[in-house]
Amino acid sequence: MNPASRTLLVVLLACASALAAAVQPSALPGDSVYRLDAAMSDQSGNDFTLAQRRGKPQIVAMFYTSCRYVCPLIIDSVKGIERALNDGERARIGFLLVSFDPARDDTAALRSVADKRRLDPARWTLARTGEADVRRLAALLGVRYRALQDGEFNHTSALVLLDADGRKLASSSRLGSVPDPAFLAAVKAALAAPPASP
Amino acid sequence: MLALPLVLYALPALGHAAADAEAQWARIPGDAAFATVLRYEDGDGTVAVRPFELMTRPVTNADFLAFVTRRPEWRRGDVAPVFAEARYLEHWGGPLRLGAQARPRQPVTHVSWFAASAYCESIGARLPTWAEWELAAAADETRPDARDDPAWRERILGWYSKPSSDALPDVGQGTADVHGIHDLHGLVWEWVEDYAAMLVSADNRQQSDPDRLQFCGAGALSTEDRGNYPVLMRIAMLSALEADDTTANLGFRCARDIEGGTP
Repeated sequence: MNPASRTLLVVLLACASALAAAVQPSALPGDSVYRLDAAMSDQSGNDFTLAQRRGKPQIVAMFYTSCRYVCPLIIDSVKGIERALNDGERARIGFLLVSFDPARDDTAALRSVADKRRLDPARWTLARTGEADVRRLAALLGVRYRALQDGEFNHTSALVLLDADGRKLASSSRLGSVPDPAFLAAVKAALAAPPASP
Repeated sequence: MLALPLVLYALPALGHAAADAEAQWARIPGDAAFATVLRYEDGDGTVAVRPFELMTRPVTNADFLAFVTRRPEWRRGDVAPVFAEARYLEHWGGPLRLGAQARPRQPVTHVSWFAASAYCESIGARLPTWAEWELAAAADETRPDARDDPAWRERILGWYSKPSSDALPDVGQGTADVHGIHDLHGLVWEWVEDYAAMLVSADNRQQSDPDRLQFCGAGALSTEDRGNYPVLMRIAMLSALEADDTTANLGFRCARDIEGGTP
């Protein structure tokens, strides 16, 4: 193959993969939470969309960084599951925590929690999005919340397990560093299943 | 050569104006201490509501048809099931046709919270919050807050005793309230932006019985306002809904912040 045709091939391949990436969102299942086209950003300030979480099962929960009581417990709960997985399983899962409180939870606040709690960025994403999308994501996850006058939030707590395409597989409202056995079993089952074909 | 970019800029603006032309808005003065029937442990029983604008009538079938015509992803059959259950717009003749069961001037129903929110955003608005809706709905023809008048309550309760199997009337019938708004009572239930927040009252900080939290709402309602039954019924109904639910009697109208008002 001469250099010119090799270049052409590279360009064609690049176009093909760009095309594949462009059509991917329309291939999302209709019952996928990733249908929500929310502009998110993570603890490093990187922008992402929910659809970009495709490919690996995820545990998703909502929290806010100034919360003193239950939110540390939410992180403990996800950490409990992280600990209960083996190395292979841990490599095949992602943890996504989205803030209720975009007004105060800026990138620095998210990063500070990620650092303090020693959350491995390979698996853990602490994210913020706009207020309207917080409401929509909470609705999709079945989380109910209300801002209190003192700046705290009342909220129901749920860890939600999504499959590699963002479909809800299981959820748990049992918090604590000892994982909910039924939920942990669902997580392990999801990680044992063959990866979804694209 | 300047004309072309100008035209390109004008097009989306025209589309916006066309969608908006049908809607009429009324200004609702705010209330720094509105006595809502929702009473939470963290407040003194009042909420601050900034001045805002509310549509003078619910969104109609014709309005919503124009919306799904512009936005294919919200058409029946195309909408992602995660945003709208199977009964979404089921009374229409087709995805882009109202048919015999849906007159243009009837309020649109069988719409999910996601769809209602998307409609309002498409015209640069949003759903009203519960407090905004409740404040607006406290009015009658002559007073901004008629809630203490037993006659006001009786009249609204009369609506509930009407059989719901009758076809919905068109919007905007009858006399407008003191703000120029129609149909806050007596026609359909209406989605609000924070419907999911209304009965989150139990404190999540205690790890007692998490399943109870979802449904424990009675503590949030003020006891002295039990006579305000029409509004309490609405809260009970809204708080039982999920965001993808649709019903034959549930519609919506949009609200928007007043220009220059602090967000």
